[in-house]
Amino acid sequence: MTKLNDYDKAVETYEPVLGLETHIELDTHTKMFCGCSTVFGAEPNTQTCPVCLALPGALPVANKAAIEATIKIGLALNCHIAEWTRFARKNYFYPDMPKNFQTSQYEEPLCENGYVDVVVDGKEYRIEIERVHLEEDTGKTLHVGGATGRIHGATESLVDYNRAGIPLVEIVTRPVPGTGALAPEVARAYTAELRDIVRSLGVSDVRMEQGSLRCDVNLSLNLPGEEWGTRTETKNVNSLRSVERAVRYEVRRQSALLDAGERIFQETRHFQETTGETRAGRSKEEATDYRYFPEPDLAVMEPSREWVEELRAGLPELPRKRRERLQAEWALGDKEMQSVVNADAVELIQATVDAGTSPSGAVKWWLGELSRRANESGEELAALAITPKQVAELQGMVDDGRLNDKLARQVIDGVLAGEGDPADVAAKRGLEVVSDTGALEAAVDEAIAANPAVADKIRGGTHAAAGVLIGAVMKATKGQADAGTVRQIILDKLS
Amino acid sequence: MSTISREEVAHLARLARLEVTDDELDAFAGQLDVILESMKTLAEVNTDGVQPTSHAVPLVNVFREDQPQPSLPREDVLAGGPDTAEDRFRVPRILDEEA
Repeated sequence: MTKLNDYDKAVETYEPVLGLETHIELDTHTKMFCGCSTVFGAEPNTQTCPVCLALPGALPVANKAAIEATIKIGLALNCHIAEWTRFARKNYFYPDMPKNFQTSQYEEPLCENGYVDVVVDGKEYRIEIERVHLEEDTGKTLHVGGATGRIHGATESLVDYNRAGIPLVEIVTRPVPGTGALAPEVARAYTAELRDIVRSLGVSDVRMEQGSLRCDVNLSLNLPGEEWGTRTETKNVNSLRSVERAVRYEVRRQSALLDAGERIFQETRHFQETTGETRAGRSKEEATDYRYFPEPDLAVMEPSREWVEELRAGLPELPRKRRERLQAEWALGDKEMQSVVNADAVELIQATVDAGTSPSGAVKWWLGELSRRANESGEELAALAITPKQVAELQGMVDDGRLNDKLARQVIDGVLAGEGDPADVAAKRGLEVVSDTGALEAAVDEAIAANPAVADKIRGGTHAAAGVLIGAVMKATKGQADAGTVRQIILDKLS
Repeated sequence: MSTISREEVAHLARLARLEVTDDELDAFAGQLDVILESMKTLAEVNTDGVQPTSHAVPLVNVFREDQPQPSLPREDVLAGGPDTAEDRFRVPRILDEEA
């Protein structure tokens, strides 16, 4: 059993240093070095050719669209774009690459020395980008014979090379010290910002759950004033929430080891989505001996300054700018906007507004009831089984007086349970506001008869006492009355 | 005295997935030594300000447009592998790797 420290106690004693490596699959039409299609979900091994299978004599040629996409990413991350850059071979034997090497970049990456600023808890953190380089993705292995399809316990592996050779951009940060207890939140904020930047560039769909954005989290701990500790690298971190959890877990695990006087091994660990733990993987010593050398089959690249400036001029509005604009359009305060960003709700709210809801209505649902549901089920907001269009429909029904907020929450139950769109759920569950004034008047009469003392108070001018009667009517109508209408009927009858 | 040790040769052989006998380790260490010695001659040349060459021909920026080309038929692709199952290449299980 792994010993874990209490998180708050751990960060009182130790200072975490973060490092993040992110892989992003570009959504070019063809692979990095050949014309094979990159369409997702094709039949296994139907998108391969002599180049990506590394058959003898095949020669790779770099995909111009992938180079441009990488330069755009570099520019959006405030990087310097290399005047001279080339590919390198990273040698290793693993069946996911038929070539027995991965074409990557080594000492001369396409982009270097950038930064991303993120705000957490009202404080700005500058995350420095060491490099952005271009490489190719590996094939997909299916492990057979193991209980869960993982390598552990597998008797053999089946390989599909459709993904082998798809352009992959790797973005590496410099070590990030100084985040203290907020290391998990800063790691998450950086990953979210990077995702949003790349998405705004339109060069990848950056879907973490589909693996087009994949994260490795490096973490070390040190005592204040001492040298940085040995870091571990956690792979397989595939959601924003997992980024946060992986950092938190490593802080708790490493601090317990250090407290016990043990040392941290530099190793690759794997994040376990179900338990939130990290587990040791292969030892690094052998694996790092990649014997990189310049790729002789590809020409060097000298991106001209004109080309780079042309790409810079074509950059779209970046997320930070866009958020400032949306904050003004939505009339939100800084704090409220920060909550929207932290909840990863910018796109959801924008889509809800686009579907016809007022910004305040959209913000109310996504930050209120829906955030609460996501927290309860430990999901990302976007993973909830409700779409912005459905939220817009729901708010529309509230605006029309067909639902009150209480009924709307019950409608959400139904939508999340897969019962259909809000109108369907309301119809099936019989959740419409009672607008039949005859029925409401009868309910009010009953309430007055049952509470004569309260009725007298209201007759005497104490309108605040109407709450008791409203409550009784709401109860009688199972919450399906509009409280304002009921109040009006009561006051009309008792004045 | 060799500048490359038996252990280094054994390590390189392991990285390259080559099976080498004990006798061969000695023989290769000696031979690699000769090669390394010869290469040292090159290290004597002053290369300050000379850009590294990765190509015999002075080509730069050789790019391809992002236009899909037909892939190979799957039967042909799989025929190149020693073993297949479920339209995929079948390989021995991978030990001591990711959990």
